[in-house]
Amino acid sequence: MHHELIIAGFGGQGIMFAGQLLTYTGMMEDRHVSYIPSYGPEMRGGTANCSVVISEKEIGSPIVTDPGILVTLNQPAFDKFAPTVKDGGLIIYNSTLINGELPGEDVETLAVPASKIADELGNPRITNMVMLGALIKKTQMVSLETILDSLEKVLPEHRHNLIPLNKQALEAGMEYTEDKL
Amino acid sequence: MAEKIAARTEALTENPFHYCPGCAHGIIHRLVAETIEELGVREKTVGVASVGCSVFAYNYFNMDMQQAAHGRAPAVATGIKRVLPDNFVFTYQGDGDLAAIGTAEIVHAAARGENITVIFVNNTTYGMTGGQSAPTTILGQKTTTTPYGRDPHVNGYPMGVSEMLSTLGGVAHVSRVSIYSPAQVNRAKRAIKKAFEVQREKKGFSFVEVLASCPTNWRMTPQDALKWIEEKMLPIYPLGEFKTAAEEGK
Amino acid sequence: MAKVLMGGNEALAEAALRAGCRHFFGYPITPQSEIPEYLAKKMPQLDGVYLQAESEIAAINMVYGAAGAGVRVFTASSGPGISLMSEGISYIAGAELPCVIVNIMRGGPGLGNIAPSQADYNQATKGIGHGDFHLIVLAPNSVQEMADLTMLAFQLAEEYRNPAMILSDGLLGQMMEPVEFNENPPKEKDKPWATRGAKGRDPNIINRLLIEAEALQKHNLKLQEKYQLIKETQCRCESYLAEDADILLAAFGSCSRMAKSAVEMARSRGIKAGLVRPITLWPFPEKEVAEAAKGAKACLVTEMNEGQMLLDIRLALKGRIPIHFLGKSGGIIPTPGEILEEIERIEVNLRG
Ligand SMILES: Cc1ncc(C[n+]2csc(CCOP(=O)(O)OP(=O)(O)O)c2C)c(N)n1
Ligand code: SF4
Repeated sequence: MHHELIIAGFGGQGIMFAGQLLTYTGMMEDRHVSYIPSYGPEMRGGTANCSVVISEKEIGSPIVTDPGILVTLNQPAFDKFAPTVKDGGLIIYNSTLINGELPGEDVETLAVPASKIADELGNPRITNMVMLGALIKKTQMVSLETILDSLEKVLPEHRHNLIPLNKQALEAGMEYTEDKL
Repeated sequence: MAEKIAARTEALTENPFHYCPGCAHGIIHRLVAETIEELGVREKTVGVASVGCSVFAYNYFNMDMQQAAHGRAPAVATGIKRVLPDNFVFTYQGDGDLAAIGTAEIVHAAARGENITVIFVNNTTYGMTGGQSAPTTILGQKTTTTPYGRDPHVNGYPMGVSEMLSTLGGVAHVSRVSIYSPAQVNRAKRAIKKAFEVQREKKGFSFVEVLASCPTNWRMTPQDALKWIEEKMLPIYPLGEFKTAAEEGK
Repeated sequence: MAKVLMGGNEALAEAALRAGCRHFFGYPITPQSEIPEYLAKKMPQLDGVYLQAESEIAAINMVYGAAGAGVRVFTASSGPGISLMSEGISYIAGAELPCVIVNIMRGGPGLGNIAPSQADYNQATKGIGHGDFHLIVLAPNSVQEMADLTMLAFQLAEEYRNPAMILSDGLLGQMMEPVEFNENPPKEKDKPWATRGAKGRDPNIINRLLIEAEALQKHNLKLQEKYQLIKETQCRCESYLAEDADILLAAFGSCSRMAKSAVEMARSRGIKAGLVRPITLWPFPEKEVAEAAKGAKACLVTEMNEGQMLLDIRLALKGRIPIHFLGKSGGIIPTPGEILEEIERIEVNLRG
């Protein structure tokens, strides 16, 4: 098993958090993992993205240039990264905000109305977790149980009250995806 | 006044500012540029950009510009001015640049009475590198490198640069202004103009400190940041003219 | 001890704390700021000293003072700041004081940019200050090594009374990987030469002025002897699939990670590629590199600069096989795909 992902959206959508959580979960499941945030002045405005690698074997390049999986939360990030996805790869996109038209490549897509689902759960800030739920259902990359364990480790203590909400969002993303499989 | 704001001065390029919303650098750039245009010296001016968020000043000032290493702008400006004594030379520096790494250069340019104008933007922090403490950080202020607040026993005291420089012989003009209200912006404009006039009359070193906001690193809304200048900075950094060429036995 | 997921800069800072270092002097610069920010939080809780100096010139001289006073001390910066430190580093090396200097490289020259780069290889290994001296230079290629080599740097610095540098870059500084901290960090050595007050002994003098030519030469010869000893005993190097490689890649630091991926891609296409990775850049593992290249028909050096380690590889291989170069600069990182293309070109030539 070897997964190379890019997670992308705009600053404030919890892109970095989702990436770190996934990476941490991979580590908890005894995989080799690496995570790189985009950094620099571009963080001030616009898009945020990170590269995540989760693998059975030692990781060479931690930089992902042609991802096997793209998780994207807004249109500019979709436009920027969708063309870089490997042939045979997978794009999971937030269909509430993205019109997922591809220039006809050999790529599988999964549309998840994640912002809408998050709003229905009462908090737009958990859009990232809905997407993560969809990702793990679709790919079986890591298990829900380990993600929940990881949440406890990654979130600072005073944020632990948010765990049930995050769990709901993950499950909602998984449920939505179940129907599409 | 409203019309003036709308019409962009010729001394600024068309490039949109890259600064964060509510950042003071944009306003201060405009005041400097308008002054240069009003004095009709755009084509005779060489500006020196420093290292900080305003490092890209050369993209905005529509005139000859040279970019200096961190803190060294007054030395670079000295080199330029000694070659071109009849041109206008100014530096544009932040508080990390001018009051930390560049203290030797600013003090000696001032003491030499170098006939240049220095615009000093005091926002109490290192904006570009992510909000670390600066020599001008006020006591108790939290920054990424004073996470428990600035403690004078560990980090020393805020530095009053205007007060310090006004004690030096070669200095012709020192004032401290701010931009936290429209009236203050007007005053800042007058002070900047006066400083350039001092340079035109070859009276020596002129210096304008502008108390400015960095809403991003202060983690405040632009409005709250302006309020913070008025409430927290003014008691430590009083506004006013500390020295003018008139007092300096011409 | 369990693995933790950490950023490279934070892991480096934590390793220094675990190595017992309680003194840090620095000045902010991207992309190393996580190091001082981490320490600004932790040092006060450990009764340690974190101080932001007014410049890198001041910071390195604070390090000089603290090292003279006999403590574990370090500083961190990036290209422009390291350049400003070079006078102080020369003093520290001349005075034979142990300390650790971290360079999280970014693009140069001048202000350059803040993207990852390896453009300071020559500065670190050949020309960091005036006079006849060397730094010990260690180049990590993972977050784990950011931690491990930092501990090693303190140990080597003390063992040889010589400044040691961690030469890393913005990519390793920002990326997160699991790290497991060494539970037995190197013990601190006694420092009878330190200037801590001459109670019941003759005064210690830390000084780098030797007016008499003979005296200075004698001192320099002593330094050279020490460097010789370091060269003989401290070269570190890693190789990967080098034994049967036709095409041997050479890369250090983060670039070696892309090179490793390229080697794997080449192998899966039936090309016998391998990799040699110097870990100590000074002393340069000449023998080890030559040994790794024994069976190779060509070498490909890849770096995030315009060809700096390239010269040391040429010296090590003594013209025995053709040496190719793939470099990217300005913050551009060679991708495994690009390196693979270069490998394939070389392979076609070899067959041709
Ligand atoms: C020699 C050197 N050291 C450090 C830096 C990193 N650096 C870039 S900007 C900056 C501080 C800028 O702060 P300030 O002058 O207050 O300007 P602001 O960004 O707040 O406008 C620093 C330390 C550098 N470029 N060169
Ligand atoms: S970080 Fe602060 S000083 Fe820099 S552009 Fe943003 S608001 Fe302005």
